[in-house]
Amino acid sequence: MRSLESIIRRGQRQDLIFKVMGIVLTVLCLGTLGVLMLDLAVSGLPRLTAGFFTSFPSRNAEEAGILSAWVGSLLIMIVTALLAIPLGIGAGIYLEEYARKNWLTGLIEINIANLAGVPSIIYGLMALGLLVYKFHLGTSILTGGITLAFLILPIVIVATREALRAIPQNMREAAYALGASRWQVVKDHLLAYSAGGISTGVIIALGRAIGETAPLVTIGALTYIAFLPPVPFTHTEAGQMVSPVAWVWSPFTVLPIQMFNWVSRPGDDFQANAAATGLVLMLATLGINGIAIIIRYRIRRRIKW
Amino acid sequence: MVNTPPTGSTSGTPAGGTTPPKIQSLRTDSPRADATETRPVKADVKNLSFYYGSFKAVKNVSLGFYEKAVTALIGPSGCGKTTLLRCFNRMHDLYPGNRYEGAINLHPSGVNIVGPHASPIEMRMRVSMVFQKPNPFPKSIFENVAYGLRLRGVRSRAELEGRVEQALRGAALWEEAKDRLRDGAYSLSGGQQQRLCIARALAVEPEIVLFDEPTSALDPIATGKIEELIEDLRTRVTILIVTHNMQQASRVSDYTAFMYLGEVIEYDRTAKIFTNPAKPLTEQYISGRFG
Repeated sequence: MRSLESIIRRGQRQDLIFKVMGIVLTVLCLGTLGVLMLDLAVSGLPRLTAGFFTSFPSRNAEEAGILSAWVGSLLIMIVTALLAIPLGIGAGIYLEEYARKNWLTGLIEINIANLAGVPSIIYGLMALGLLVYKFHLGTSILTGGITLAFLILPIVIVATREALRAIPQNMREAAYALGASRWQVVKDHLLAYSAGGISTGVIIALGRAIGETAPLVTIGALTYIAFLPPVPFTHTEAGQMVSPVAWVWSPFTVLPIQMFNWVSRPGDDFQANAAATGLVLMLATLGINGIAIIIRYRIRRRIKW
Repeated sequence: MVNTPPTGSTSGTPAGGTTPPKIQSLRTDSPRADATETRPVKADVKNLSFYYGSFKAVKNVSLGFYEKAVTALIGPSGCGKTTLLRCFNRMHDLYPGNRYEGAINLHPSGVNIVGPHASPIEMRMRVSMVFQKPNPFPKSIFENVAYGLRLRGVRSRAELEGRVEQALRGAALWEEAKDRLRDGAYSLSGGQQQRLCIARALAVEPEIVLFDEPTSALDPIATGKIEELIEDLRTRVTILIVTHNMQQASRVSDYTAFMYLGEVIEYDRTAKIFTNPAKPLTEQYISGRFG
């Protein structure tokens, strides 16, 4: 039999090995990301001037900018958010709080989890067949927004269900015991207590959508576009008032497509443009995730049981 | 261990089958008791059975609960006392596969709480509940008490404030909470949280208040305060309390029902149950020989 001391030493040695391994791997991952960011910053930062954001793409790399791309990304995100948030949260609430737990809801649950893992280009193909060819919505901001909404819907549903599941059952019982109806329990309690988890999930889903390229390329998004969607309530050259929703029918491009377009061109100056766009995209995603963290932190601090 | 399993479910109860018990006097050793009063029955349980799926958790129970008195339900774990309690506000309806049989008639209106025509929401508005673990909402102290009133359509600020104060006073929490009504309910201690839950249950002026082991998560001092509170409430509202603590049952209740395996073995005045029980099984449980 070995001495107690040697057994303890052995445990401590294993502890140390694991700790060193963990540190090395963490540094490796974060270091790679850091080097990538740095590389993007070095080549892209000189191009990040105000003009870069206010110019359309151009054959001349120095004059080219991402105006149409960031406006396109922003508008698509608005459509996506308007569709995916109410639908996803509604479906999550229904499945978690209203639906009976039987084989059908079990099947739906498994399928939603699977949908979250479907490659995004498949959503693009579906949108091309359904929205573009069948419903004739065209290669518009509306089509793009709906496509990305489909893509992130499962993430929003799963996040909503998990946030609801994290609420202790005794909160529901307390509310029901006072005579609340199911909807009153949802509206007055569950939504309030799960707001942190749900909004975190929604924001992370939007962060994923903003970087999506494949499904938008599939539905035929433009790679070069030198005009903006019509601004609501302005007047066209013919003197007609522009409808407040006319912009949803406009063709579009988005940041990752613009970036891809520049990457595929020869010449260092376009590569710098691509790097600068990549930097903008990275910062946008980081910013979105940062907002999610702040919201979660704030709400967690407010709610405890 | 039990040597003689019970055979008749209600034969030893004052209910004597389906007729509500008619006890002509309260226990005379209590200063609260009025020896000449005939208490009316508030809730009349008739042949009540309850099923979790195919499992019969409450078996053909019949007894009458007196108005403005405290009745304790005692018995070993799994005897069906909490299940019986949760029939009174239809809590079982929240989960699938549950089924009631028989009746709980609420007097004087005569509505059958577990009947097919009774609305669970209406029953929960008339019968409120205090749970085992304090479960205030993660909202302010004020909003916790006001929520039940808001559900009943009270909108006026002045009325809400008045009734919240009244309820907090009734739950002996007003002095501690009056300067911090806007603070979160979870800034209170465990015992205060439970008194907040009692205030929340009282604010809606219920006909019956159900207590499901209200002190099992609390320390002895907080427990003492809750017991004092129940003492104060007994003249104002009908109280049913489930407890594992037999000293507590003997301290706070006027009547006690001893349950075992889903049946009511004995139901009588508390003083009688604890000093001279009619059934050997009751005697064995009271004296701590099982359970």
